[in-house]
Amino acid sequence: MNFVGINEEDVDKTFQRLDTEARKGGYNLNTDVEFTKNLVRGYLRNQQRYGYPSCPCRLASGKKEEDLDIICPCDYRDPDLNQFGSCYCALYVTDAIRDGLAAVIPVPERRPSRMERAGMMAAKTSAAGTTLTNLPYPVWRCKVCGYLCARDEPPQSCPVCYAKKERFERFI
Amino acid sequence: MGIEHVNGKKVGKILLYALSTCGWCNKTKELLRSMGVDFDFVYVDLLDGEERERVLNEVERWNPRGSFPTLVIRDQKTIVGFQEKEIREALSA
Repeated sequence: MNFVGINEEDVDKTFQRLDTEARKGGYNLNTDVEFTKNLVRGYLRNQQRYGYPSCPCRLASGKKEEDLDIICPCDYRDPDLNQFGSCYCALYVTDAIRDGLAAVIPVPERRPSRMERAGMMAAKTSAAGTTLTNLPYPVWRCKVCGYLCARDEPPQSCPVCYAKKERFERFI
Repeated sequence: MGIEHVNGKKVGKILLYALSTCGWCNKTKELLRSMGVDFDFVYVDLLDGEERERVLNEVERWNPRGSFPTLVIRDQKTIVGFQEKEIREALSA
């Protein structure tokens, strides 16, 4: 796959960055470099056309608030790693797959359908969150990896998985 | 833009709904190409507005999750995802 305006230098640089970030957080990129670089091309293409790197294997709406859950790494990566050994795209894999002890298998789509998502959006705006009012700080949860922190606001990016601030939800 | 055609051996109507950025869509397309069958494909992410909506509704009719790749064989059978064995079996039948 080749896209206008995305050169091999960008692909290599992004591949290196994702690889470094993955290792630091205890994750692994797929060791099939050719396949993985193709996904990186799709990731960069989405960054280029939408302004954020949404999942190359899913259809983005182009509206960031509707696509937050599929900005890579997506909200579904960790449950898919646990259950199937890779994320939906197979950009990220478990140690067992990295070490050749298990193979990548097709991962069924975990993201709710368009209709289900519309229902969830409506429910979210009407439901109130859980709060424990006597805590000195609110607790924020990274929706990608589950990292928790107690501070006035979420960090700029998650120290474990590098998801951006907007991917945090108020947990307590 | 829209539906693109790949010439090959005619085995009935084969339509692949795909994304231009998706690794598994690409693998599915390459599999069909390597099998030498006649097929159509459409990159849904490259469609806009009403056309995208219409095609997406079509995808959801075959595959309610609306995920990609969705392969529709002879307007009867749907194969979701890069399922090499299943695709080979369905197309050799």
